Amino acid sequence: MDICRRKGVIEISDLDPFLAELLRQIPASANPDGVLAAEQRIFTSPTNGQETELCAEWKTYVEPELRRLFQSATETVTGDLEQLNGNEKSFANRRLRIPAKHSDAWLSALNQARLVIAAKNRFTENELNDHFRSPIGSRRDLSLFQVNFYGFLQEFILRELES
Amino acid sequence: MSCGPWRDSACLAQIQEIEGITPSSNEKAGTVTTAEPTIEKETRSEDELDLPWQVVVHNDPVNLMSYVTMVFQRVFGYPREKAERHMLEVHHNGRSILWNGLREPAELYVQQLHGYLLLATIEKAA
Repeated sequence: MDICRRKGVIEISDLDPFLAELLRQIPASANPDGVLAAEQRIFTSPTNGQETELCAEWKTYVEPELRRLFQSATETVTGDLEQLNGNEKSFANRRLRIPAKHSDAWLSALNQARLVIAAKNRFTENELNDHFRSPIGSRRDLSLFQVNFYGFLQEFILRELES
Repeated sequence: MSCGPWRDSACLAQIQEIEGITPSSNEKAGTVTTAEPTIEKETRSEDELDLPWQVVVHNDPVNLMSYVTMVFQRVFGYPREKAERHMLEVHHNGRSILWNGLREPAELYVQQLHGYLLLATIEKAA
């Protein structure tokens, strides 16, 4: 897989079908699916347990806005990912072009997905920091790989934004 | 008791009361009256008296350090060095106070930070 920036576009080329599939899963992975731990991580309390009135107002007025914000980001990413739904041979490598102006939406969607996956799997800090973990052998390993892969993309986008 | 030719203000008020003359009709009659000064009281909202509130960001093992730094720069307008200092404080100490001040802007900052999916709370300073 190669990743570079060209004329206002972040281009991921030579993308093998496995990684392309992981990218396709970003919008679905960003959805808490009603899992309480994931929902609570995405919509966290604005206070440390006190200020119950503020918490109630937050749920009524702020949470719906945040929900719209997150949904808008995943919709943008879903649109960009349609490039991977072509008629190429299923095992051929793919190319994905992300307009630079969609960078913020990608950062948000990747972050949502990483947080939701981590919350659903209850990954520990040690697991998340173990970058030399053995190859994928279980669904849990795959999920951890997904979190790290999305993190790598986030790092690249952040570096591009800085430059 | 007569007022005589030199009418003082108490006397003028008495005449106005008897004759039902309002200040506006008085103006038309050619005399000058001054309106009572309005004394404005300086008020302070509850929030202003209720200082200070803190915006606190808590550690999260998932969010990338570079991402958190970028968010601090964007939300608070901090230079990179200051944003990094706060990010490292969150990373090492579990939390960092990013901002102090009135409750309303503090809430807005927390809302923005939640928009970037950081763990942020508003807390009253001890």
